Amino acid sequence: MSKERKMTLTLPKEELMSSGHLACQGCGATLAMRYALKALGQKTILCIPACCWSVIDGPFPHSSLDVPIYHCAFETAASSASGVRAGLDMMGDTETTVMAWGGDGGTFDIGIQALSGAAERNEDLIYACYDNEAYMNTGIQRSSATPLGAWTTTTPVKHYKKERKKDMIGILAAHNIPYLATASIAYPEDMVKKFKKAKDIHGTRFIHIYAPCPTGWKSRPDDTVKLARLAVQTGYFPLYEIENGEKWTLNLKLKERKPITDYLKLQGRFRHLKEEEINLIQAEVEANYQKILKKCGL
Amino acid sequence: MSKKKDDKRIIFNSEKEMPLVAMSLGSMLYNKTGAWRNIKPVIDLSKCIKCGICWKFCPDTSIDIVDEWPQVNYDYCKGCGICAEECPEKCIVMVEEEK
Amino acid sequence: MKKVIMGNHALSYGAMLARAQVIAAYPITPQTQVVELLSEMCADGTLNAKFIKVESEHSAMAACLGASMAGARTFTATSAQGLALMHEMLHWASGGRMPVVMGDINRAMAPGWSIWTDQNDSLSQRDTGWIQFYCSSNQEVVDTVIQAYKISEKLMIPSMVILDAFALSHTYEVVEIPEQAKVDAYLPPFNPPYRLSSDDPHAFGGLTAPEHYMELRYKLQKDMEKVPALVEETGREYEKTFGRYLGQVENYLCDGAELVFVTSGTAGYTARVVVDELRKQGIKAGNLRIKLFRPFPFEQVRTILSKVPKVAVLDRNISYGHHGVFYQEVKSAIYRQPVQPAIFGFIAGLGGRDIAREDFKEITDYTLKNNRPQEEIIWIGVKK
Repeated sequence: MSKERKMTLTLPKEELMSSGHLACQGCGATLAMRYALKALGQKTILCIPACCWSVIDGPFPHSSLDVPIYHCAFETAASSASGVRAGLDMMGDTETTVMAWGGDGGTFDIGIQALSGAAERNEDLIYACYDNEAYMNTGIQRSSATPLGAWTTTTPVKHYKKERKKDMIGILAAHNIPYLATASIAYPEDMVKKFKKAKDIHGTRFIHIYAPCPTGWKSRPDDTVKLARLAVQTGYFPLYEIENGEKWTLNLKLKERKPITDYLKLQGRFRHLKEEEINLIQAEVEANYQKILKKCGL
Repeated sequence: MSKKKDDKRIIFNSEKEMPLVAMSLGSMLYNKTGAWRNIKPVIDLSKCIKCGICWKFCPDTSIDIVDEWPQVNYDYCKGCGICAEECPEKCIVMVEEEK
Repeated sequence: MKKVIMGNHALSYGAMLARAQVIAAYPITPQTQVVELLSEMCADGTLNAKFIKVESEHSAMAACLGASMAGARTFTATSAQGLALMHEMLHWASGGRMPVVMGDINRAMAPGWSIWTDQNDSLSQRDTGWIQFYCSSNQEVVDTVIQAYKISEKLMIPSMVILDAFALSHTYEVVEIPEQAKVDAYLPPFNPPYRLSSDDPHAFGGLTAPEHYMELRYKLQKDMEKVPALVEETGREYEKTFGRYLGQVENYLCDGAELVFVTSGTAGYTARVVVDELRKQGIKAGNLRIKLFRPFPFEQVRTILSKVPKVAVLDRNISYGHHGVFYQEVKSAIYRQPVQPAIFGFIAGLGGRDIAREDFKEITDYTLKNNRPQEEIIWIGVKK
């Protein structure tokens, strides 16, 4: 390779997340933040409720992000962000993007009331949920985002999660907010595009980011991106957008989908599953994928 | 009290030096997470095609671009191995850290 | 300008005159008129503010705090269950040093459902690091909201302005509405020492290790201790501009009295009438109405009560398993005095039961008859 050739950068070069943060090795949530801020730029204010990121950022008096952060109460990402937005507006700052940045517990469970309230009021904010499918910060307890079949410390192997993952996107779509999207850390260009698109829209925008957690999923740290990619390629986590609750667009069409076992077998949290249980999960994935295809008019 | 971006850890010796609230005054760069590492990535630049994928997927922002080549910042690299796993040319190998 | 307004509207006028910039509130009886009038003021442009109609009190306080962190002056109001739901966020407000001002209409806690007054809602929040003012007239409500902003923003500590459900919240009184220009001169715009701004990015409220947490709390307490002097200073300044002094306590004929009632809220109003009647009968009574409850005005209470032989503390609240809260506080204030009065603790008026002049008669008789209280708690009006 010639010395003259430049490095290919498919993402904005600006880094608003510095090294030295406290994330585990191979953390997907960290990549999610890195990409989101690359898209939104420095004029962004974050409201971070209790979640991995309230630790990752670093202890007082230090921070690993070059944007202002309001570390808020667990269930208040959306309500705090609503307040920050109103406060900035009254200060005459309509330019800065306000983003609530919560984990799946803070979004699917304890923060859903505030989020629904903000979405119903169509507050002018971005809500990004980095979903690692359990309460990872407290030590891998089940959340309503934990998928069917998964082990967690509160759904032990003998009593693994028997319920399906909450359809958060469906709930938010029913609020008819202007922009909703799924994004994956394995597809950073797509994620950056979505955050940039969201930035230019007014009203409540929700981005659901799939962010693997090697610590909680009992997977290898170097498999983080691969797992996120497999989640998309198996149809388990399709990449799509919904505008105004009605216009559904599939961003990545899969000619054929990989079997769900490719994804499950890399994770210790699914190790206990027997063939019939895997078949059941496969059927669930297929049904959900078909539902989304139909909504997208495909 | 503008936020400093260097690797000095801020230490308060008395409450009088502290702000009213828990607020950041410096970056996390003081925290040399390279110490967490058991295995480290080594890039064989002779095979590198400068695709930028290692830089793109680093969760620790510790692959720098130096003179248009990727360079691991061992002060912070936690040794997760994503760069080696994702490198399409397989020019990054993870080797045991000598302790 | 004089207006006849209800106590709830006195809160709204206070927030309007203080030029609150962001209001976030959720309706609860008996607070509703506070926010109804404020929504109207925002809608017709009388008040230039953003009103966030949140889906709960928890979110109301969360939104106020977000706005406060962005540098805006914020206001909300609630009552009872709503205040209890906010509890977590009250700590967030004081720990984060966000000078929100909130109206609380004292309402008894359920179950059984009650919409009527007692103080257990706000007193359950006494350790959350908020300044608490208990008002006894609508005039005092308007004035105190304005003063509260001045104190809160100076010290970066939130304030609660408290009034009794119905007895004050729905009672119409003549109120002198302060002139806006004079209020503006008294209360300059909110200019916090830090805020959320991308021009100067900081992370607020992050993980705080044991090596730092205690110092932050020490600083909060040290600033809390500055409140009584600041109430005096801002209260005198208010008097200069508006002719009404706003103090920590109201001392009504306590000096040289043989019996002093310690009261708060509207019961303090009734007590003054009772004191006048007792004086006519030759009983040298006085009334010490405590307005500033947190921080507790130790020095004033000590100074006034240490010269009095008998003190009857009237609590419209109870700390289960202990005493009435004001009774506890008064006893702790007196503890270091070499000469101490006999202090009697009465509980009356829970859940909105009237505290009438006859009840004060019972309190007076008991206190004069006994050298020391015969019971831990002397209940007034319980059907035994």
